[in-house]
Amino acid sequence: MRWTRRDVSALGAGLAYLAPSLILFTAFVFVPLGRTMYLSLYNTRSTGQPTSFAGLDNYTELLTSEAFRTGLVATTLFTLYTVPAGIALGLVLAVLLNQRLRGINVFRTMMASTIAISAAVGSLIWLLLFNPSLGLLDYVLSILGIQGPDWLLQPATAIIAVSITTIWLTLGTNIIVLLSGLQSVPEEIYEAARLDGARGFRMFSRITVPMVSPSLFFLLVVDTIAVLQAFTQIHILTRGGPVDSTRVLVYGIYLDAFVNFQFGFASAQAVVLFVLVLALTIIQFRFIERRVHYQ
Amino acid sequence: MLANYALLIVTSLLVAFPLLLALSYSFMSESEIATFPPPVFPTRPSLDNYGTVFATIPIGRYLVNSFVVSTAVVIGQLVTASLAAYAFAFLVFRGRQLLFFLFLSTLMIPWEATIIPNYLTIRQVGWLDTFQGLAVPFMATAFGTFLLRQAFLQIPRELWDAARIDGASTFRFLRSTVIPLSRPALGTVAIYGFLSTYNQYFWPLLITNQTLMRTTQVGVAQLRFEETLRWGLVMAGVIMVALPTLALLVLGQRQLIRGLTAGAVKG
Repeated sequence: MRWTRRDVSALGAGLAYLAPSLILFTAFVFVPLGRTMYLSLYNTRSTGQPTSFAGLDNYTELLTSEAFRTGLVATTLFTLYTVPAGIALGLVLAVLLNQRLRGINVFRTMMASTIAISAAVGSLIWLLLFNPSLGLLDYVLSILGIQGPDWLLQPATAIIAVSITTIWLTLGTNIIVLLSGLQSVPEEIYEAARLDGARGFRMFSRITVPMVSPSLFFLLVVDTIAVLQAFTQIHILTRGGPVDSTRVLVYGIYLDAFVNFQFGFASAQAVVLFVLVLALTIIQFRFIERRVHYQ
Repeated sequence: MLANYALLIVTSLLVAFPLLLALSYSFMSESEIATFPPPVFPTRPSLDNYGTVFATIPIGRYLVNSFVVSTAVVIGQLVTASLAAYAFAFLVFRGRQLLFFLFLSTLMIPWEATIIPNYLTIRQVGWLDTFQGLAVPFMATAFGTFLLRQAFLQIPRELWDAARIDGASTFRFLRSTVIPLSRPALGTVAIYGFLSTYNQYFWPLLITNQTLMRTTQVGVAQLRFEETLRWGLVMAGVIMVALPTLALLVLGQRQLIRGLTAGAVKG
């Protein structure tokens, strides 16, 4: 393919419009990603300058590091506790909100309200709720005859506390995405199923869930990526503790880079994070492609 | 019918409960918060906590900082994204597909994976504790570009052809036809950009050290480190920080929903 003068000037015009974005992406996304990978192969001074080539040392150190392994366990548990429960709860509430009733919009706004709530604000409120003497959570449990735990001071419950907070924070998004999925299901399908005698839970499991499966899948990927990137909840609620039980991948990057000043070692963890998110995004794109063909 | 309403009322109150509780606690005195069983409603509501927030931290300054940074990001994103979306929607040039893919590829790169070099860069150019440091890295948006491109593609080609025949420059067509016709999509990008910038925590935590450069989210979280932890005070701060975003939710709900569902339903 030969480039005519016209091709060149068309490309020039296009690039002129793209330039502001391209410059910013280059400076703050592409080059930094390359530098993260570069730094992960080096030993670094506490100022961040690379000192000597380390090869894969940072990675082998990661694999043998106790903190990294607990971190992966924490990340996995955090994802498992948060994503399925958050989507299930979102679906139940979205079905509830998908009714033609006077004033339904008030309820929709109320339940979607957590979209606007920042992770910092949400975490501060839950910090109070989890407080064993002042918080309402343990009081409600005590009414039910359950001795509430000291949520944030025990490894097993600290990760659950962080997960509950995260479920609440993502609930608004989940509800809105699922509600719009539900609204795009044609009414005739429900009517046909009703004529066939489908009711209640059967209707829900055989008709509703399959019909919104694209939205469910979308949320599965998006929520998992969001959980992998969660930082604020952990910084405010647990600071990675107790005994590293909530030291998820992103928090490990923060601690090793900005508290311990081991930038090379932290960069290796950042590369792991990047690979995980990349894999999830590719899965999502593949899936969307298939769905488009299917339609 | 009635059962439906009862169920809706109970569940929506449960979902909004943490927020309503924060509001209620912000009107309580410390001694009331310490009573057992934990109270839900204030017996003698007072605004004292709000006054104390102003006396304890420069919350007004934090709000100004957050508004300046978020507005700058919104303006930056609207400019960069509409220029880029315009090129992708209307101009024909070689490599367009490849460049579009390059834009989309930034969606696969989590900010946290690049945060170390970005911090080092910002420190190197002396942008720690500055508005530029807080805003400039976020002024381009692949998501916004994608959304605007979709909107621009809805504009009839005939308008473009007519403008060409009239001899209008490419830029004038963008300014006088495309932008005015795409207000809803621009609104979505703006609300999204504002909300996500205003709610940021990790980045401002890293690159601001001076009290006066703190943003609302980082500033309000500092309230828990006062000599004695006063929950009424923290909750008053929380409400003041959350209020602008809640207002935005009520005013811009339609735009927000469009943005959230763009990925899920369009596919």
